[in-house]
Amino acid sequence: MLDVSGLSKAFGGLRAVDDVSLTVDEGSLVSLIGPNGAGKTTLFALLTGFHKPDAGAVSFLGKDITGHTPERIAAAGMVRTFQIVQPFAGQTVLENIAVGAHLHLPLRSDALDRAREVSEQVGLDKRLDQDAASLTVAGRKRLEVAKALATVPKLLLLDEVMAGLNPSEIRDVLPMIRRIRDAGVTILLIEHVMQAVMTLSEKSWVLNQGRLIAEGSPDEISQDPAVIEAYLGPGMAARLAARNASAAGGPDA
Amino acid sequence: MLDVSGLKAGYGETEILRGVDLALKAGDIVALLGSNGVGKTTFNAVLSGLLSPSAGRVTFQGQDVTGLSAVALVDRGLIQVPEGRHVFPNLSVRENLLLGGYRRARANRAANLERVTTVFPRLQERMTQKAGTLSGGEQQMLAIGRALMAEPDLLILDEPSLGLSPLLVEEMFGLIRQMNEEGLTILLVEQNVLQSLEIANRAFVMENGAISLSGKASDLLDDPDLQRAYLGI
Repeated sequence: MLDVSGLSKAFGGLRAVDDVSLTVDEGSLVSLIGPNGAGKTTLFALLTGFHKPDAGAVSFLGKDITGHTPERIAAAGMVRTFQIVQPFAGQTVLENIAVGAHLHLPLRSDALDRAREVSEQVGLDKRLDQDAASLTVAGRKRLEVAKALATVPKLLLLDEVMAGLNPSEIRDVLPMIRRIRDAGVTILLIEHVMQAVMTLSEKSWVLNQGRLIAEGSPDEISQDPAVIEAYLGPGMAARLAARNASAAGGPDA
Repeated sequence: MLDVSGLKAGYGETEILRGVDLALKAGDIVALLGSNGVGKTTFNAVLSGLLSPSAGRVTFQGQDVTGLSAVALVDRGLIQVPEGRHVFPNLSVRENLLLGGYRRARANRAANLERVTTVFPRLQERMTQKAGTLSGGEQQMLAIGRALMAEPDLLILDEPSLGLSPLLVEEMFGLIRQMNEEGLTILLVEQNVLQSLEIANRAFVMENGAISLSGKASDLLDDPDLQRAYLGI
């Protein structure tokens, strides 16, 4: 569904995204992880047209969309959310969601219907008449997802929807994300909360200093020496391997 | 010496620390570990009086110091070396060091200057040089030296190995161990798990704003939960 090849972007001398290639299959729920400053959000911005890549290509549903504008890419069915959520304050939750719905629905009544439908998917249907600014952090994160979902995306890119949530709020968000996927929307998410990523996603790519250093299932990722070094620091991969070897039956086993 | 219980803090409505419990005794070197973005620096900000907690209690040397200002905490001997060094680039090495002893231990500045240059001989060679012209490793030494000028009872080091070459990282951890062996109590906040656990006697691992794992540093190195705390599995 999404084919990224050799994508690169530098800011001055910093190679924020460096020769990244990956493929997202239709219907999957996958994730992009990596330490702070690894380039995850920049990669999202390149995919959705907020930045233009220096090199490489992005193809979506078989069409080249490299360098297209965000609105054109959204109209084609790929939509992102933002880590720092900015609802239209002073407008109701319903109006906020309807803004997204208007991408494909010029009629106000249609957009409002779509917004109500989406509000149920994200659990905001009891708050439709509330000022968006009065929502809690968790509520605003849901609203951010709702605005994107209202555009009827085929591929939804979620940027840290769980950041800033407490453990019980995180537990509540996980089924919401699964429901969205089960309703037919392919999902690529960036997430910092590792336990959440590992329970949620079928496959992850690990980005470090702009480059992909690993890809695979949560199990494979967590055993990957390059990933362990990126997260726990130098020397830890060898140390953990030695421990696991001795735990598996002594030095001679 | 330091007792933190149920500490909560955040920015605006976003709660970062969700009830942190941590204790350390005089003479300890304790490592506070954890992945990016779990709240380590926020915890430091609260301990140093730069951010007010919304709940919980901090006791230092038997006194409740919760919510005290940075200045009041420095006066009590709780000194932090911030992440990223923050030396005064246009002042000389000597001036930077003297400023460290401006508030506390002012009468002992001459003797402490001598002591700091014994710990960090490289600073002695650079006394009149502007701090901004030092290498990253030298700036880190200066930032620690500046803190030592205040005769800390507890020294908090935030990511002292950040951005240093592997060889310098080794040297930095050696120096931290040496300062502890000479009697200084240290809270070491770090991303470098292996080196930190090798020099610490106790360690705490933070995950999503709370301590998820703690114990003897040597035990933690072989604890399967350590990997889980970072990688979620």
